[in-house]
Amino acid sequence: MSEAKQLNDRINKIKAHKPNPTVAMALSILFAGLGQIYNRRYFKGILFALFEIAFIITFGEFIGLGLWGIFTLGEIPGVDHSIFLLVYGLLSIILIVFAAVFYIYNVRDAKKQAQAILDGWIPPTFKESLKAGYDKTFPYLLTTPGLLLLIFAVVFPLMFAISLAFTNYNLYNSPPRHLVEWVGFSNFTNLFTNNLWRNTFVSVFSWTIVWTVVATTFQITLGLFLAVLVNDVRVKFKKLIRTILILPWAVPGFVTILIFAAMFNDEFGAINRDIMMPLFGLEVPWLTDPTFTRMVLIFIQTWLGYPFVFALFSGVLQSISNDWYEAADIDGASRWQKFRFITLPHVLFATAPLLIIQYTTNFNNFNIIYLFNEGGPAVQGQNAGGTDILISWVYKLTFDTNNYNMAAAISLIIGLMVSIFAIFQFRRTAAFKEEGKL
Amino acid sequence: MQAKTRSRLELLGIYLVFAFMAVIIIYPLLWAVGMSLNEGRSLYSSTIIPENWSLTHYRWLFTDERSNYLLWYRNSMIVSSMSVLLSVTITTFTAYAFSRYEFVGRKSGLYTFLILQMFPVLMAMVAIYILLNLVGLLDSLTGLVLVYVGGQIPFNAWLVKGYLDTIPRGLDEAARIDGAGHFTVFFRIILPLAKPILAVVALFNFMQPLFDFILPSIILRSPRNYTLALGLYNFINDQFSNNFTRFAAGSILIAVPVAVIYVFLQRFLISGLTSGGTKE
Repeated sequence: MSEAKQLNDRINKIKAHKPNPTVAMALSILFAGLGQIYNRRYFKGILFALFEIAFIITFGEFIGLGLWGIFTLGEIPGVDHSIFLLVYGLLSIILIVFAAVFYIYNVRDAKKQAQAILDGWIPPTFKESLKAGYDKTFPYLLTTPGLLLLIFAVVFPLMFAISLAFTNYNLYNSPPRHLVEWVGFSNFTNLFTNNLWRNTFVSVFSWTIVWTVVATTFQITLGLFLAVLVNDVRVKFKKLIRTILILPWAVPGFVTILIFAAMFNDEFGAINRDIMMPLFGLEVPWLTDPTFTRMVLIFIQTWLGYPFVFALFSGVLQSISNDWYEAADIDGASRWQKFRFITLPHVLFATAPLLIIQYTTNFNNFNIIYLFNEGGPAVQGQNAGGTDILISWVYKLTFDTNNYNMAAAISLIIGLMVSIFAIFQFRRTAAFKEEGKL
Repeated sequence: MQAKTRSRLELLGIYLVFAFMAVIIIYPLLWAVGMSLNEGRSLYSSTIIPENWSLTHYRWLFTDERSNYLLWYRNSMIVSSMSVLLSVTITTFTAYAFSRYEFVGRKSGLYTFLILQMFPVLMAMVAIYILLNLVGLLDSLTGLVLVYVGGQIPFNAWLVKGYLDTIPRGLDEAARIDGAGHFTVFFRIILPLAKPILAVVALFNFMQPLFDFILPSIILRSPRNYTLALGLYNFINDQFSNNFTRFAAGSILIAVPVAVIYVFLQRFLISGLTSGGTKE
């Protein structure tokens, strides 16, 4: 009986309190948690207020320094370290974004609850609201560790790389002896107007495109071709054949590329010494003539890349129902027609996103280019090697010549191109459309 | 009769293609094995069928004082297993939240993952270097592991989320009605059913650090901290000691077990990839 009375008292007390939503909102803007306290949600209010105080005490000074740093990039050469200031600035921006999200939530929460109380909503007891709070924050708890690591390893580094593209950070003005400055878009204009940069960019860019399209298409075509052959009913020892065909994928690519590099060595590689010389009596300049190096690179990538596609397609081929082919036989379809209208659509539909990833991977396939011949051989009139693709050029600019600003500008261009291409393609595939509905 | 001859010729053609492929596939691998059994150290004096068979390079790797091979092996195992452990845990948590809960930023988070996985890690190398330097994790395996774990999230979270989406929601709803909490549902229902895709993610995260040489070459400075790939690469890269045969020996020792695992698991891998990556 007394419990019911207590509850009644509580409800009456709450009903007597008529908070004004605008006031609640204004108070929460003034200081986090004030609005909640005004709404008589004391625990929440104090928690929010403590949060803001702790944040200001811990990060206030750091954010001040960071914001000053990112605007000026330092003022006294030798004392201010521009790059560290840039790092502090970016970290401050990340912190501010977090604080802003929290603050917006705090303000909206104060207003919403005041309105709800006016409309006759009875706030739950302390214990109930703890439980509700746990339910509501659970997905955030789950994603927090991932989010923090993602910021540490991906988001922050990307922000940094993007910022560098708009500075003049290179070997000649590197801190701590010199200051780095913001230079706007001049790295990009430089890339397209300065002769050396433009020539290099155009030649590297066109080779990157040729490389991506040709190498990837070869590996997909070969994979498909072999998968169809192995799938032929007349072929025996299927398991053995599959195992051999899958080998290039199983052996670590890092190892095989270096083995190939040695085999194609102009002077004492096995290809020239054991095959080209005895059979044709000539030494092919595999590593010193750009055209030959490019051909070999495409060959190696096909060798390395087809097994994955082969394995993928083999799986799909086995799942295509025989009824399709029988129906086609009755209609008198030729073998090519069966392939073109039954096999191909089936495998492509099931694997489209993974095939797209093949293209984007090769676009940035740094390992093979760098390990095979370090992007070489050198070519006159440009500052990249004859087989350098954009990403390996960026690597060289960064670690060999410390042209950080240009490297960053080029990576930004790479990133934009790849993501635009990928989003465009993914939108067209069924998998993503389904995802969009969620 | 004619149709039969034609079919036989075709079959012969198919087998010829396989034979040709087999030669192209096996020749380089065999060549590397041959190289590792040569006595000399340089490419110049070595042949695919060694004139003087010898296991000196293998012996050197394990017994010579100057060889860090076992140390590198240990480092690689530490990096790979830590990376597996952390990646699987964090990725599954993230994917579970994205698959089963509604929360602010869910949809934009998915788009962000999609875009982030397109950006090459290489682009961020300078920043990773500076950041690790700032927090004192340069030249440490911990720093390396953290970068690997963070970098794999976008791709693998998508993969796992795609798989979790195929597990009927009815199952967790039923458990909830029976009073199961968030973690009970996760550990008792979702995890057991998601084992296949978790195995795929684990395998990826074990293999990737094992044969990556570029990130370690930026983060790790002292030879005692090298991972296998970086150490092996330096056998060849080092200008003063071109040790191709030694490299071949060291690589074969690690490539053989890995290749065996892959051949056994490839079916499993492919089914995991297609179920998460595509929807039929």
